[in-house]
Parts: sequence; structure tokens; C-alpha cells
Amino acid sequence: MAEFLRVLTDNWSLYSQGFTNTVKLFLVAAVGSLVLGTLLGAMRVSPVPALRAFGATYVNVLRNTPLTLVFAFLVFAVPKLDVNIDYLPAAFLALTLYTSAFVCEVVRSGINTVATGQAEAARALGMTFLQVLGSIVLPQALRSMVPPMMSVFIAMLKNTTIAAGFSVLEAGAIPAYMSERGEPQFAVLLWITIGFLILILPLVVLQRFLERKLAVAR
Amino acid sequence: MTQATVLYDLPGPRARRRNAIIGVVSIAAIVGLIGWAVYRFWQTGQFEARKWEQFQYAAVQRELLAGYLATLKAAGIATVLALLFGALFAAARLSDRWILRAPATFVVELFRAIPLLILIFFGYYVPLQYGWSIDKLWALVIGLTLYNGSVLAEIFRAGINAVPRGQSEGAYAIGMRKNQVIRLILLPQAVRAMLPAIVSQLVVLLKDTALGFIITYPELLFVGKQIGGRLAFGLPYVPTYLIVAVIYIATCGLLSVLAWWLQKRMGRARKTSAAVLPTKDFGDAGRTAI
Repeated sequence: MAEFLRVLTDNWSLYSQGFTNTVKLFLVAAVGSLVLGTLLGAMRVSPVPALRAFGATYVNVLRNTPLTLVFAFLVFAVPKLDVNIDYLPAAFLALTLYTSAFVCEVVRSGINTVATGQAEAARALGMTFLQVLGSIVLPQALRSMVPPMMSVFIAMLKNTTIAAGFSVLEAGAIPAYMSERGEPQFAVLLWITIGFLILILPLVVLQRFLERKLAVAR
Repeated sequence: MTQATVLYDLPGPRARRRNAIIGVVSIAAIVGLIGWAVYRFWQTGQFEARKWEQFQYAAVQRELLAGYLATLKAAGIATVLALLFGALFAAARLSDRWILRAPATFVVELFRAIPLLILIFFGYYVPLQYGWSIDKLWALVIGLTLYNGSVLAEIFRAGINAVPRGQSEGAYAIGMRKNQVIRLILLPQAVRAMLPAIVSQLVVLLKDTALGFIITYPELLFVGKQIGGRLAFGLPYVPTYLIVAVIYIATCGLLSVLAWWLQKRMGRARKTSAAVLPTKDFGDAGRTAI
């Protein structure tokens, strides 16, 4: 047990640096994929066929590509196109591009859960597009979007570990460093697990709370 | 799209004109984007014959095929094991005995919360340190099995729980035992409804085999890195990754189409007057398989 604690205290700076970067990756990619995903979701429900097709293609390509491949492409292939991109920005970009495909699907299916009659009634009352969107469709759609959106972000938090394979020092990269220091790997990995549980539990609790709070009988 | 959606009515003449203008502008923007990318490819010589010629060699094709087969092998073994793991733990979670239920719940919730890569590292770094010999394939398979098996357990459990209560109550009323109720009444109905969610999760499993790249298991992505890194062919990373991406997208796309087809097929009402359990994604994992 003392040995187990020693692993953490002796390597505290590595752990704190790793998890700080994990949280940083998570926050930046969360904001980025929320913006890009919502934009793509808007394209997929727009009345313009070209935008719908673009959104659908993007989602189908990215959803069927492993995140590791997105990382590998940005890190190894993109510099060959004379575009200089550092490891950390590449990780932000890879996570954002990949996750926004899933955010897009959440947004689209959230809007599709709203019954057509709701908006038809609103239009019959003479509401404009923005009024229909702002006071009828979105309030109902957001309710059904919140729980799956939380699932996407929880999955994304776990996906940040993949950046470890591409020279970013985050929580997933700790075992490789520890292997050089000769620390007992089981304890090292157990501490990383505990770190992730600490990060994920609040998100899960928030998700369950929102799910209960926003539940509506339909 | 001729049908009115929730967001907008059938467009009138003015809206049609406006949509046409937006359409033309956005097509121009998309073409511009693709054109810029292609120009960039061309300018940096990605279309040079030298970068593509090694794909004509049988040896390189065999290399790619070997990588693809390694990917499929890991995915295949992990699929079988994960389905077994999922069935076992779903059964334990549905048990009436808390002594079975509590540990199964703990295991399933724990493995769903740990990043898959960390699970794979458990199977890779720990044996490495003590000098035990473990195949990289099995490190990958163990990680994939634990994670996806836990997610599948949740899908199975949620699927069984989604069958209307009247079904099991009726079965108990005519004197069936719990074993019979689940096997004869609940499972046949639940499997139909959860099949699409299961297939979606298997797509996720197949994609996640690419994590083997990080522990240097020689799967498709790893082979791609090697082929792309050959100086004699001008470091053809871009062509190689494009080919690898096409292979992944085709394979996963095929499975996704299967899931979609199952969903459509299962969604059709049977020739019965009884209500059929609707097909849907189960559990928060199935809902957004990522």
C-alpha cells in the first residue's frame, strides 16, 4: 500500500502535468466540437440540398474512420502538404473534427424528435422562423439533446488518451514515461484509472441529474 | 425534400429562389474547399507517380492485406469474446440475487468508465515489466473485450428491461420459471429490438482495433505508417493514409449499412395484432456509439 502511494507522490509532477493537459484537451475540443457540430447539424436540417449532402458526407466519413487514423493523418500526412502543425494543435483538431460528427448527429436527431405539428401550429399563429426556432423548437429539442450530448463528451474525454500515441504529454502518455523510470506499471495504471474516474464521475452525475430533470412524458 | 419538416414549411417561390441562391453559394464554397485541398496535394507533389507506384507491387499489396487481416483477426476474436462477456454480465445484472448483481454492476460500470487505451495498456505494460510474454494481439483483444463487453452488457440488459412488463407477468402467471421467461419470452422480443444497437457497437469495436497502432500491434494503421515512411518513394504518407482510410470507411460503412438495414427491417410491423417492441438504441452507450 505504501508502495502504491509512493508511485503517486514520487511522480506527482508528471501526473499533474498529464491530467492538466487531458483537461485542457477536453475543454478546447469540447468547445470546438460543439461549435462545429452544431454548424454541421444546422446544415443537415437546412432546406438547401447541397448543405445537407455535405453534412451527411462529413458525418458518414468521420464516423466510419478510427480516431487514431484522424490523428495519424494530421500528424504524419498533413506536414507533407507543407502545412506546419504542432502535436498539441493536431490533437485539438483531431478530437474536434471527430467528435463534431457525433455532436452533429445528436443535434439533428434532437431537432427531429420535435413533432412537426408543434412548429406548424406556431407558424399558423404567425410566428416568424426565428420565433418558431427560439421559443418552440429549440426548447423542446434541447431537452432530448442533453443526455446523449453528455455521453458524447464523456466518450471524448476518454478519447483524449489517444493523443498519447502522437507525442502529446497527457494522462495516456504517463505509462510510457513510467516505463523508463521503472515504476510498477500496475500501480501507475491504477492511479490513471482513479484520475479518470474522478474526472468522469461528476459528468455522469450531472448527466443523470439532467436526464431526470429534463424528462418529459411524450 | 418535398415534405415539410419541423423547421420550415414547403418553400414558396421566394423561399425557393433564396434557397437556390444559398445552394449555389454553398456549392461554390464546397467546390472551392475541395479545389484548395486538391491544389495543395498537387502543389506538394502528392500525385507524382513515384508516391503511388509501390502500390502496384505485389509485396506491398500483400503487406496491406496482412495488416487488414490482423485488424479483422483482432476484431473477430474480440467480437466473440465481448458478446460472451456481455451476455454473462447482463445475466448477472438481471439476477434476483444481489451477490451476483452487485459485483456485475460494479465491473460493468467500471470498465465503461476507463478509457479503452488504458485498459489495453494494462494488458501491455504490466506483463512487459515483469517479463511475461504476452502477445500484443491479446493485450489489444483483452482491452477491447472488457470495454465493449461491458457496453454490450448494458445494451442487453436495457433491451430485456424494455420488453413490456405484461409479457413477463403473463409468462410467470402461466407457471414459467425465470429461466424460461427470459429464454422463451423476453429474449426473442428483445433481440429484435436491440440488434441495430449491437451492430453499431461492433462497428465501434472494429474502429477501436486501430488503437493497436499505439502498442505497435501490426494492424492496418501500423502497416500504413511503415509503407508511408519509405524514403525511396518520397515518404508517401498522404497516398497511404488515403488508401487506409478508404479500407476502414468501406468496412465500417458496410457494417453501418447492415445496422441501418436491420433497423428498417426490424421496424416493419409483423403480421400480428400485438404491439411490437420498437427498435431503438439502448443504454447511453448504444445511443451514441462513439
